[in-house]
Amino acid sequence: MLGGLQSIVARDLRLSMRRRGDVLNHLVFFVIVVTLFPLGVGAEPNLLRSMAPGIVWVAALLAAMLSLQRMFASDYADGSLEQMLISAHPLGVIVVGKFIAHWLLSGLPVTLLAPVVGVQFDLSQQALVVLTVSLLVGTPVLSLIGGVGAALTLGVRGGGVLLALLVLPLFIPVLIFGAGGVSEAQAGMSAAPHLSLLGAFLAMSCVVAPWATSAALRVAYD
Amino acid sequence: MLEVRDLACERGDVRLFSGLDFALGEGGLLLVQGPNGSGKTSLLRLVAGLSRPAAGTIRWRGEPIAELREAYARELLFVGHANAVKEEFSADENLAISLELCGRRSSAAARAEALERIGLARRARLPARYLSQGQKRRVALARLCLAEDFPLWILDEPFAALDTRALATVVSLVDAHLARGGAVILTTHQEVAIAARTQFSIVLEG
Repeated sequence: MLGGLQSIVARDLRLSMRRRGDVLNHLVFFVIVVTLFPLGVGAEPNLLRSMAPGIVWVAALLAAMLSLQRMFASDYADGSLEQMLISAHPLGVIVVGKFIAHWLLSGLPVTLLAPVVGVQFDLSQQALVVLTVSLLVGTPVLSLIGGVGAALTLGVRGGGVLLALLVLPLFIPVLIFGAGGVSEAQAGMSAAPHLSLLGAFLAMSCVVAPWATSAALRVAYD
Repeated sequence: MLEVRDLACERGDVRLFSGLDFALGEGGLLLVQGPNGSGKTSLLRLVAGLSRPAAGTIRWRGEPIAELREAYARELLFVGHANAVKEEFSADENLAISLELCGRRSSAAARAEALERIGLARRARLPARYLSQGQKRRVALARLCLAEDFPLWILDEPFAALDTRALATVVSLVDAHLARGGAVILTTHQEVAIAARTQFSIVLEG
């Protein structure tokens, strides 16, 4: 079973190394969106500081949306997904492998970039640490919940918009607790409650998402 | 090995076929024939376990395939209408990945031999995006050279887009598999001569 997981993750990572543009696109998008705000709003340190958590988190959500659509689309188009459905490995294992690969290519780079782009907003060191930790816990939730949406909208015309409409409302709790934790840290209070709640969301989606995604993929092919 | 009872299939509101019965034993070949849109691919997908029948049961060694799942998938080789070939990967990488999905590890030497046999030896390292339609089909079919231990092969239009030499190779692979005691289900519009212990065809009417 672990062998199956490993081979799917390795395959997806290798595939994206061959299409580097796809991976870089949403990272560049993330950096640009975050950078536009200080330029548009003006150099008012207090305003920027208070807006920073929300801006970075919304940009991370939108960047995740960009990459979600591709999670299963090419495998669906060329028939690879068909082979995965009747693979010797359980579909749940394959789906978990796809989630891990997606997070390594979208969530993790965004998390690593966040402290760098956060400097533009004059965030304190404490706040930058909380921002990074909140993204580290929160971005896997985006891959997990987003994966369910991506599987549900497979093969649907105008799937991209539908995916956004389906998934963005479900991202709201992640946004609130992710950005909220950073604001608490800026105010000198403990971010632990917010981060714990994010962790709870992560635990819950780890249980539900692989199962729901597998079911949605089977329906897409039925 | 494979036993199908009273199978019915619906696409949308249209009933493609119903009351289909057949059994396939060791060394058995089933040819599915019929005009376009008569449900050949649908039948193959049902038997592969990719979609669920509107009615009827499919049993593999006496157990319903819906309950066997991966245990059935491990014994099944399915080459569908879509090639499942990634354009970014070379023929060799595509072959290795598709075998891994089937739960088989393959050595580089075995893969090289398979690609040689199917006539892709000189294109083995080239990204599949530079291959022609027929060559991509051959990449998908190269698995057959390393699939001795899958008892059941399900092949959807395996001969489409192949030239005469590749076609002869695939026919000989199917022959060898049947001689080993494997079972094969395939659809085709071409006249091919395959020797089988038991052979029958189902003709679906549109």
